[in-house]
Amino acid sequence: MVSTPDIQTSTSKSRPDSMGRYGKFGGKYVPETLMPALAELETAFKQYRNEPSFQAELQDLLRDYVGRPSPLYFAERLTTHYARPDGSGAQIYFKREDLNHTGAHKINNAIAQVLLAKRMGKQRIIAETGAGQHGVATATACARFGLECVVYMGIHDMERQSLNVFRMKLMGATVAPVEAGTGTLKDATSEAIRDWVTNVENTHYILGSVAGPHPYPQLVRDFHAIIGRETRAQAEEKWSGLPDILLACIGGGSNAIGLFHEFINESAVRLIGVEAAGEGIETEKHAATLTKGRVGVLHGAMSYLLQSDEGQVIEAHSISAGLDYPGVGPEHSYLKDSGRAEYYSVTDKQALEAFERVSKLEGIIPALETAHAFAYLETLCPQLEGSPRIVINCSGRGDKDVQTVAKFWERTKG
Amino acid sequence: MTSISQCFQTLRSRQQCAFIPFITAGDPDLETTAEALRILDRNGADMIELGVPYSDPLADGPVIQAAATRALAKGVNLKQVLEMIESVSPDLQAPIILFTYYNPILNLGIKPFLKQISQVGVRGLIVPDLPVDESTELLETAASIGVEVILLVAPTSSKERIEMIAQKSQGFIYLVSVTGVTGVRSQVQGRVKNLLEQMHQMTDKPIGVGFGISDSQQARQITDWGADGVIVGSAFVKRLAQGTPSNGLQAIESLCRELKEGIAPLEEKREKTITQISYT
Repeated sequence: MVSTPDIQTSTSKSRPDSMGRYGKFGGKYVPETLMPALAELETAFKQYRNEPSFQAELQDLLRDYVGRPSPLYFAERLTTHYARPDGSGAQIYFKREDLNHTGAHKINNAIAQVLLAKRMGKQRIIAETGAGQHGVATATACARFGLECVVYMGIHDMERQSLNVFRMKLMGATVAPVEAGTGTLKDATSEAIRDWVTNVENTHYILGSVAGPHPYPQLVRDFHAIIGRETRAQAEEKWSGLPDILLACIGGGSNAIGLFHEFINESAVRLIGVEAAGEGIETEKHAATLTKGRVGVLHGAMSYLLQSDEGQVIEAHSISAGLDYPGVGPEHSYLKDSGRAEYYSVTDKQALEAFERVSKLEGIIPALETAHAFAYLETLCPQLEGSPRIVINCSGRGDKDVQTVAKFWERTKG
Repeated sequence: MTSISQCFQTLRSRQQCAFIPFITAGDPDLETTAEALRILDRNGADMIELGVPYSDPLADGPVIQAAATRALAKGVNLKQVLEMIESVSPDLQAPIILFTYYNPILNLGIKPFLKQISQVGVRGLIVPDLPVDESTELLETAASIGVEVILLVAPTSSKERIEMIAQKSQGFIYLVSVTGVTGVRSQVQGRVKNLLEQMHQMTDKPIGVGFGISDSQQARQITDWGADGVIVGSAFVKRLAQGTPSNGLQAIESLCRELKEGIAPLEEKREKTITQISYT
């Protein structure tokens, strides 16, 4: 078993700066009402993140409740699938976040933020959700600690992720439908922020991605950084070295930053994020924020943003509800501009093909979000020389997506 | 045209509280907005706040959100809003304060944005998602261009933050009367009274109170507590959107008079009451 290293990490200590900036990105663009709450959260985070009793409680929960560490699995048949005739080719490993309790990486952050909220004396928890994974993780953590939980979810997402809606309700959470806009993650996030502005004095907002105003991008990153720390230890154990390439899907970017963070100062490790190109980045129906966006402000942070010439936020599109977001975490914008990480995109169709491929070859049904990362192997593997080791963040399981995929098959395969 | 500061100065010398109605530009259409501005100006508005429709209005409740969504669906954009202001502002006594979220400003660039709004006659600017900590560039640029940037204080703001905001805010200080988004509330929170007292001790700048105020009783209450200005938004936006444009315009005309009456100067009001009593 891999020991869990201390939460303190030597990497990128300087980011964000005291204003919550990653280069020019990040910051706090919120109504004044929330500024004191953000300061309170920052103080609590700084106070508790290294406090032994908080850490002990968190580590116990991560081990016994979440099921950490998650395995680093060698995907033998997928590796063979991409092997060259001489047998060389990428060695593909999955970081199995899909095996966490609730079926995705989201629980790492949700459970840690609930512990933080309890210490801050907040009795009511709110969250936004797209695919429902963050909503389920938050509902789970709230059930575990007996806290009131309200999850905002767009009506379109409630329809395509009905299984997760049921799971949240089963665990006692209230799912609040959001009709505004396209009824997706962006609108759910806006509504959660409005709730927080109104009930800030007794409510903690568990933001589910590395987006939003400071300190959220930092706090969510640090709670997910365990993914990368375990990966480093597991790689050391398996091949006494580092991974060569890290690959993850990007919506807001929490699973990617969780995997990348530990390796940001390891310049030999390539970091690749894969966005949702929807029906194609040349169309208007995509969610490829880093590929096609311009710098703007959404939900409290400066970052790349899909916006019109007028500066109105454009509705994103992806078959995957979790990537269907016109913004992206500010640290990813920084990593893109600094050239430290590379970002590409794959279409709905490519993601669906990868969904099927990984299911058939490995007996693992990935979430549609995660399938985007797998889909990029089609482009990446033929470009690689030798036999580099790729670690893909298998960020979630795909049970929630089978209806969406079945519908798509009905339409396309007749 | 008068600046926001000058407007408050004049009112203060007459011991009057400023009445500041808010409407969303382009709902139901820009022609109606232009007419609404004229009507508000004629019926007692001392300044007028005009909201630029935005796709993600975080600080707004359902009424103003819906108005913005309707305006955007009709294709209303900033350029058209500014053209409308340019055409109507020469007719107005009341200076216009533009209310817009930060992204459209950033999209155009801070300086070009301020220059454009200043050229069409806008005198004040409120950016609800830009706290004082992120406002430095906007405040400095605005000062050089002649637009006043009004900063917001919330009931949750600490004493230190109120002091910082009071020091940097231009024109007046906008006191948000509720922890929450814009919209009609049945009661005004009692702590607004304490906040007003506290703030008057810290600063000489005028203080306008808004969010959640919808009728003349509430407006009166805020005035009695010592506010220098009262801002009413959702109640106007809601009435303007009901029925045909001419119905809407009639409705806001009567609301405007009613509210103005509610916050009429203290002395005048007292005299009236005494006169009434002596006759009955």
